[in-house]
Amino acid sequence: MSTSSGVPESWISSFCSLLGHEYFAEVSEEFIEDDFNLTGLQTQVAMYKEALEMILDVEPEDDDDDEDEDEEEDEDVSGDARDGLGGRTHGERRHHSRIASDLSVIESSAEMLYGLIHQRFICSRAGIQIMSEKYEMGHFGVCPRTNCNQTRTLPVGLSDIPGEDTVKLFCPSCLDVYVPPNSRFQTVDGAFFGRTFGALFLMTFPEYDLSKSAGESVTNLTRASTTGDGNEMLNGMYARNLAPGLGPNKIYEPRIYGFRVSEMARSGPRMKWLRDKPADITVLDEARRAAENAQSDDDDDDDESMNMNGHPGHPSARRLRQQRRNQNGSPMAVEANGAESEL
Amino acid sequence: MDDYVSESDSDYTSYWRDWFISSRGNEYFCEIDEDYLTDRFNLTGLNTEVQYYQYALDLVTDVFDLDCDDEMRETIEKSARHLYGLVHARYIVTTRGLAKMLEKYKKADFGKCPRVMCHSHPLLPMGLSDVPSSKPVKLYCARCEDIYNPKSSRHAAIDGAYFGTSFHNIIFQVYPALIPAKSAERYVPRVYGFKVHAAAALVRWQNNKRDDMRRRLRKMEVESGFKDGEDSIEGDDDDDLDEDEGLALGEYSVAQPAGEAGTIA
Ligand SMILES: [Zn+2]
Ligand SMILES: [Zn+2]
Repeated sequence: MSTSSGVPESWISSFCSLLGHEYFAEVSEEFIEDDFNLTGLQTQVAMYKEALEMILDVEPEDDDDDEDEDEEEDEDVSGDARDGLGGRTHGERRHHSRIASDLSVIESSAEMLYGLIHQRFICSRAGIQIMSEKYEMGHFGVCPRTNCNQTRTLPVGLSDIPGEDTVKLFCPSCLDVYVPPNSRFQTVDGAFFGRTFGALFLMTFPEYDLSKSAGESVTNLTRASTTGDGNEMLNGMYARNLAPGLGPNKIYEPRIYGFRVSEMARSGPRMKWLRDKPADITVLDEARRAAENAQSDDDDDDDESMNMNGHPGHPSARRLRQQRRNQNGSPMAVEANGAESEL
Repeated sequence: MDDYVSESDSDYTSYWRDWFISSRGNEYFCEIDEDYLTDRFNLTGLNTEVQYYQYALDLVTDVFDLDCDDEMRETIEKSARHLYGLVHARYIVTTRGLAKMLEKYKKADFGKCPRVMCHSHPLLPMGLSDVPSSKPVKLYCARCEDIYNPKSSRHAAIDGAYFGTSFHNIIFQVYPALIPAKSAERYVPRVYGFKVHAAAALVRWQNNKRDDMRRRLRKMEVESGFKDGEDSIEGDDDDDLDEDEGLALGEYSVAQPAGEAGTIA
């Protein structure tokens, strides 16, 4: 009888179970209740307080004696819809004066706020862990590129600012981004996943064996084998895991009746570089060192501009980001503190 | 044959082929002309490839009138679809066939490139092999020059040999005006605004490859096909930087209360 009269579904879990919201993780209430994690969001969302209350299923101007009423009713009334909705019915009834249009504003504000919190949450230790579980269960789909051999993708945004672009899928095998295959994702804001998550995920979980396809799903997720090949590290990544879908034999070679189309033809290949990779990956490290020596000025500029622009200027937000970077930015640090929980 | 056709229906329509190309999952196929199908020369060698070849051909050309049980009928039906596919691979590299596929390409009947930087460029069906029943159909994007898996499992099960390894390249030789402008636009993974070192090193290496190619082409006086404004080789690194700054600037201006700008600079 009483699946509905049990625990009412929270706003968060009902939001995450909506069609098209399959990529979202359920943000923990602990994360949301820590004001520090919400720094700077007050100004970005209309009716912030109400939206936050809605997300947390808190009744506006709530008193604790509500809880007692609920319990009494549960015993008296045989489980009808009112019980199922629990506290929310009470809240809405009491605030009869609240206009319907207000509620829809709050609802859309709550979605916006949840999305922005989500962007931060999935880059936290607890959040990225949840996303890795979703990744392992294949919730984010696979790369459509034939030579990526069904590598699992990660949801990302091309911007951190809401309203600019929809969610995309980042493929760790070709390091490219794709439009999700189903149109229901084309209404999901990319900023709710953000620019950082995809690459941070790879740095946080360097042990995922990306060189295996999702078709070999069991082996796909096993830890690195101890046999030497590809186990050397390159800037915190296993060389084996740096774009395994690229390089010789992974580049499409146009042919007509078996003959290669020449580069010199007007219709000849022009994009091979995009899917290319040095046969010996350590070349990249050397090239980087050489590049640094040759044009150290350029690199400095680069880093400076990143530092300046990559972080919101809001001082506390910057501190927040900095702190998070200290926790998660280096794969080594994450590995070392892996057992600690964030909160 | 002609007798049969004229006596059965005066305004004759290609019943079987109409049904076939309008069936769900067969959206990639164009309609093969009657003339092409009835010219035995075009079917050379297929009789050994297709079971019950003559019956299958009769079915495709709407002159099938064998009285047989359902099982046999189904076998012949299957053979007819296979035969149609094999003829299709030959037909679409003829002048008429190319024109028909071009129309479908313009309508994006074969779908659009899933790669974000290709901005929904239409795809073309292709085979990784010309040998029947070896590899399923893939989709070719002329903008990124890569191949992708069809979204729908119905399409993903079609034999790639029904389109072949050459058609999607021939069409751009025959219609060079269709060759899309190439773009150096690309995705660069970042963490909190920082490029990820390993990936950034690869991007630099690839960009060097691209510049080498452009130099080669320039020396040979071959058009590189890259979009205007992206044709300067030397300026590339600067371009990348500009792009970064542009992106970051956008973020900056929105995330920043105006008054605090001074503290950043
Ligand atoms: Zn890929
Ligand atoms: Zn493309």
